[in-house]
Amino acid sequence: MAVIDLANPTRFLRIVDRVLPWLIAATVVLFAVGLYRALNAPDDYQQGATVKIMFLHVPAAWLGMFGWALMSIAALGTLVWRHPLADVAGKAAAPIGAAFTFICLVTGSLWGRPTWGTYWVWDARLTSTLVLLLLYLGVLALYWTAEEPGRGARAAAILSLVGAVNLPIIKFSVDWWNTLHQPASVFRLSGSTIDPSLLTPLLIMALAFTFLFVTLHLAVMRNEILRRRVRSMRLMQAQEVRA
Amino acid sequence: MELQAEGLTCSRGGREVFRNVGFKVPAGEALIITGRNGAGKSSLLRMIAGLVRIAAGRLSLDGGLADTPIAEQAHYLGHQDAMKPSLTVAENLQFWARFLGSRSDINPALERLDLAPLADLPAAYLSAGQRRRLSIARIIAVARPVWLLDEPTSALDAPSQSRLSDIMRDHLATGGIIVAAAHGAIGLERARELKLGVA
Amino acid sequence: MNMLVAILVRDMRLAVRVGGGAFMGALFFLIVITMMPFAIGPDLALLARIGPAILWLGALLASLLALDRLFATDHDDGSLDLLMMGQVPLELTVAAKALAHWLTTGLPLVVIAPLLGLMLNIDLHALGWLALTLAAGTPALTFIGLIGAALSVALRRGGLLLAVLVLPLTVPVLIFGVAAANAAIAGSTPFGPAFTILCALSLFSLVLGPIAATAALRHGLE
Repeated sequence: MAVIDLANPTRFLRIVDRVLPWLIAATVVLFAVGLYRALNAPDDYQQGATVKIMFLHVPAAWLGMFGWALMSIAALGTLVWRHPLADVAGKAAAPIGAAFTFICLVTGSLWGRPTWGTYWVWDARLTSTLVLLLLYLGVLALYWTAEEPGRGARAAAILSLVGAVNLPIIKFSVDWWNTLHQPASVFRLSGSTIDPSLLTPLLIMALAFTFLFVTLHLAVMRNEILRRRVRSMRLMQAQEVRA
Repeated sequence: MELQAEGLTCSRGGREVFRNVGFKVPAGEALIITGRNGAGKSSLLRMIAGLVRIAAGRLSLDGGLADTPIAEQAHYLGHQDAMKPSLTVAENLQFWARFLGSRSDINPALERLDLAPLADLPAAYLSAGQRRRLSIARIIAVARPVWLLDEPTSALDAPSQSRLSDIMRDHLATGGIIVAAAHGAIGLERARELKLGVA
Repeated sequence: MNMLVAILVRDMRLAVRVGGGAFMGALFFLIVITMMPFAIGPDLALLARIGPAILWLGALLASLLALDRLFATDHDDGSLDLLMMGQVPLELTVAAKALAHWLTTGLPLVVIAPLLGLMLNIDLHALGWLALTLAAGTPALTFIGLIGAALSVALRRGGLLLAVLVLPLTVPVLIFGVAAANAAIAGSTPFGPAFTILCALSLFSLVLGPIAATAALRHGLE
């Protein structure tokens, strides 16, 4: 009965089991290379060595957005095609994307501290990222409060799509709001134009982070599939007792 | 007109409630769905009503309005009454009549269910049986060919049950279709039976 | 059309008869604004400067709290099932309910906002413009809130979840609403652009809200 439903995820699990060790190895290598290049990159004349936080902050920002894009694509799979793996993919992407967004906020705060004097300012970039984190937490709240995984997944899918549509609007609004209240941008977190000597390490780090995301994502998906299996087995057990 | 189902499968909450259910109900006939609790009687009714997704199988109303979902040609009488306590009996019925597409007067329906004296009373003051009668009034106030009734005789006393039987017989006589979920007889002499929950 | 009017009338009737309706939302607004000076201090100049922001936040919270029951009562008594079986598309049914909600919650806020603006020492000439920004922006709050209401009823959870889901989505409305109000008062930035964007946000939410809410109801309740 329910075994037929799990056929596709079973194939998926087998593929993941084979692929995951390679992905982990690739991630480690990329991080090793990236961190080496990053730590050896020249210091910024203005910010000194603290500019190196950029190698964590910028990729984290990209992956925070990547996570939401992934959730939106999974959302289409859930709502339009009812693909069971889409539910799992979306649910797995949410906490990882939220974590990267959080890392972006923390690194951004630490990066700006020496210049700003405080741990937080309401600049456009950080504020947009904070709103993104709040949206992530909203999606996670849907997963946490749903009694039945299917309903939670569908609700989260709808919110993902609504968020995807609204994020450009929110970004535009926050940028607008920021220029309204702070006519002179004193310090832009992305730094001034990125020097080529910083660009290569940045891209390597970004690639490393992306591999990390994908590795974690597949691992979380595997866990979620196994969790659902346990749930199905418990339900079947309950039904047998009743019959 | 005929209500046809083939290979219907329902899964709710991750577990399969029933699979491969099929039936045919021609105009003027009734189908009683029986089975133990949890077999999926209510789910099957809600599936026909368009409220539960059809996981597999086909459902169609041959001879009904073209390009119109069954949900818009059916009445659903569930366990709940869908009546607002703070609106009067007449206001409640008037709302559903207008929303479900009828422009005619609601008074004949109220009188048929012996609710006319209560018309201006807030629905909060009604007993469970009277509220049930109000839901039944909703079904006869607006003409729709298919009736989906979930344990229609519960909460009704004997006179009301026989009134309901008359109403159901009249509906069948005009070519209507009734699909009802019940544990036992509901007052119709001839009815097909579909038993859920047998392997 | 007849059917949508029936929903509008019923929901408005219910809002008025149950829980005080229009009156309750306005009262909450008044209370929240009254609380502000206790927290901020009675400095009139400061209150005047942040007045539009306080009014907008109050309107946001008042709209949000009333959204809780938008679908919940219909779901609990089985009306939602029947509303989904009507001959009108569910999107329009949902939009009609949202309109009823705005008329009984948002509109009263707009009406008493000038009075509250007086309490916050906002310029007299600006009170009308302030009310206008609220009139243009509160529909957006209701229609965006619709999405949260539909999602939280599908999951059978209440007010806090709704607020968590809806508030981030209302950030643009808040930004442009307050900006337009401030522009009308201080005149340092032009009123036009901010107000136009505010109206655009409302119109956009009038479309997105019902579509997303309908999807949430259909997918979430089956």
